Amino acid sequence: MTDATSQSGPVLAADGTPLKKSLARALRLQKTRALMLIAPLLVFVMVSFIFPIAKMLFKSVENEIVVETLPLTVAELQNWNAESGALPDEALYAAFVADMVVAIDAKRHTRLGTRLNYEHTGMSSLFRKSGRKIKKLDPAADGPFKEKLIDIDKKWGDVTTWAVIKTHSVKITNGYFLNAIDMQRTPEGAQAQPEDKRILIKLFQRTLFMSLMITVSCILLGYPVAWLLANLPARTANILMILVLLPFWTSLLVRTSAWKVMLQQQGVINEVLVWIGLVADDARLVMINNQFGTIVAMTHILLPFMILPMYSVMQTIQPTYLRAAKSMGATNWTAFWRVYFPLSVPGIGAGSILVFILAIGYYITPEIVGGTKGVFISNRIAYHISSSLNWGLAAALGTILLGVVLLLYWCYDKIVGIDNVKLG
Amino acid sequence: MKTKLTALAVTTALVAPAAMAQEMTIVSWGGAYSKSQLKAYHEPYSAKSGVTIINDDSSAEAVAKLRAMNEAGNVTWDVVDVVAADAIRLCDEGLAMEIDADTQLAAAPDGTSASEDFGDLLVSDCFIPQIVYSTTFGYRTDLVGDTAPSTICDVFDTEAYPGKRALEKRPINNMEWALLCDGVAKGDVYDVLATPEGQDKALAKLGTIKDDVIWWSAGADTPQLLADGEVVMGSTYNGRLFAVIEEQKQPVAMLWDAQVFDLDGWIIPAGLSDERKAQALDYIMFATDTQRLADQAKYISYGPARASSAPLVGKHAELGIDMAPHMPTDPNNAQNTFLYNYEFWADYRDDIDAKFQAWLAK
Repeated sequence: MTDATSQSGPVLAADGTPLKKSLARALRLQKTRALMLIAPLLVFVMVSFIFPIAKMLFKSVENEIVVETLPLTVAELQNWNAESGALPDEALYAAFVADMVVAIDAKRHTRLGTRLNYEHTGMSSLFRKSGRKIKKLDPAADGPFKEKLIDIDKKWGDVTTWAVIKTHSVKITNGYFLNAIDMQRTPEGAQAQPEDKRILIKLFQRTLFMSLMITVSCILLGYPVAWLLANLPARTANILMILVLLPFWTSLLVRTSAWKVMLQQQGVINEVLVWIGLVADDARLVMINNQFGTIVAMTHILLPFMILPMYSVMQTIQPTYLRAAKSMGATNWTAFWRVYFPLSVPGIGAGSILVFILAIGYYITPEIVGGTKGVFISNRIAYHISSSLNWGLAAALGTILLGVVLLLYWCYDKIVGIDNVKLG
Repeated sequence: MKTKLTALAVTTALVAPAAMAQEMTIVSWGGAYSKSQLKAYHEPYSAKSGVTIINDDSSAEAVAKLRAMNEAGNVTWDVVDVVAADAIRLCDEGLAMEIDADTQLAAAPDGTSASEDFGDLLVSDCFIPQIVYSTTFGYRTDLVGDTAPSTICDVFDTEAYPGKRALEKRPINNMEWALLCDGVAKGDVYDVLATPEGQDKALAKLGTIKDDVIWWSAGADTPQLLADGEVVMGSTYNGRLFAVIEEQKQPVAMLWDAQVFDLDGWIIPAGLSDERKAQALDYIMFATDTQRLADQAKYISYGPARASSAPLVGKHAELGIDMAPHMPTDPNNAQNTFLYNYEFWADYRDDIDAKFQAWLAK
């Protein structure tokens, strides 16, 4: 102890620099070299994967369009109180016309109309129709505008119109997230959507429930198959393996349509049941366009993702373990349950995570066979991406879905442990 | 799914005007529809100009893809086939170019200007109509008993016509039909539908047959369901029903009552280079003239959008039957029709769709 405290300076390397510094430099050099080696891959992943996802997720809060299109109006709106119930004064109408003339010239006003129409029905045509007339006004000479605008469309004389613009004039909005959980942004703060428009929470719950059902059915069906694959002689196992992989090589649409042919009321299964007399001709079973059909079709499609990880884990389980257990007096059941099953759990874990996460994001199969009770939240995301062009809401729904998956992953890690997952 | 007309282009490349690009990407719906365009427009155009046309079957996702391309600043499509509602949306978003019908489209052979020839069908500044199609009902002749359905309200009459019906999984058209059969006068349908009470009324009427409906989302679903006998009647596009009836000879007949006209046509994406824009405009000028629109009707039973094309519609190229009686616009078929109300649905689509989906999930 006395030696250490009596030493005056730091430990020096051979060239006289402090050892700590010299070590750090050597390490840094090594790290840089390693980083350079993976740099192309890292850049590729960043550019092609992380950056687009981050950009898409950012759309769920981004809302610059209102401020960008109507800068003067938004500034004027700050002086106006929506709750007063009185219309804004002339200054605001003048600012609005000035903004609109610029926006119409750049053809941005209809875009804003579309954006605001997501929040308040009628805004789309209001901006499109008024645009044609406002184009002819001169912001410098034609005032006052209040009467003129209300003349063009009486909605400009409606307090609600201005309240909607004011409510959604912030650059970063929580509006899309509120919409994603069946609420809406109003001048009085966040409020629930009217009852007859609440659908998204229900779809989130249904997506989780159905994905869970699909995962469980995959485990029940996949486990025996994986066991057979791992325990049969190589040649038979190979043939079986091809049967497992075969669906992989068939188009998803073909497989889904095949299930339609099988399950519909005039389909193969119903025909057979009627023919052998188990089901009356006028009481054919409804097995498709509902939850049942969706679960059957998706279980079939996702089954290989469950079997393959299970199989590769089961292959590593030594048969000697089972023999050892039996030699010590265990019955077949005990040997399986106490020895084999625990060893195969990492395979179940890996398969379940794969299947569950794939299932949660599926939309083609539910769209085709889901009917009304079997559609997933992804179907709504697809609708908002490709039909309504409400990418903000789609991004918010996607972000929530991503959050739910990460949360479940975290729970899985806490309960089972992520180290306990093996793909082989 | 890209079909290149390379061979054709090679043979004609020598006579091509040098200033134009040699290749263009045209986006359409695929299947029989793309084939009819290939025969009626692309092949003659390639022969005339030497341009290779690449066909891309992406029209179903065209709006989203065009927006993504526009954001990325790299538009790779030259001409895109979309339905009118999408064209309006693209025009609103600034993703499609505005077209002046009189200067940029061909006049009719008798000199009538293009804007007059297309008339009311020019529903957006960016849209060049091509065909009129209709969403209407087909029914199984062998499953409906002695009296075939004759009015739209037979769809809602499950006592006279028991069995499943196929309806599209969206509010558009279904809400109009429901109100019409709930006693609302045709002229008042959209005024009623604009109110929450009217929307509830329409959903309540649809509710009377909800248990008997199979909801479709792809145009091919209803023809398949009809052919399999899964449904006794169902709505779909009239061209699909034509294929079921005349090409596949299924026991199916058309119920033209209260058919809803809709338009399909071209847009040119905004943001093309001058050279490509000139090329796209040249193609459009050619492909939407009177003769070309009439030619397309030889291959598919959709009505040409120009008034001047109607008298030129002839026989089906392969079946040899007269096409005029199969056109939705034929006077016999068009006794009671709707025109898709673009303005209304551009405003109300998201609102009513949310209600409709919530109602479906109940």
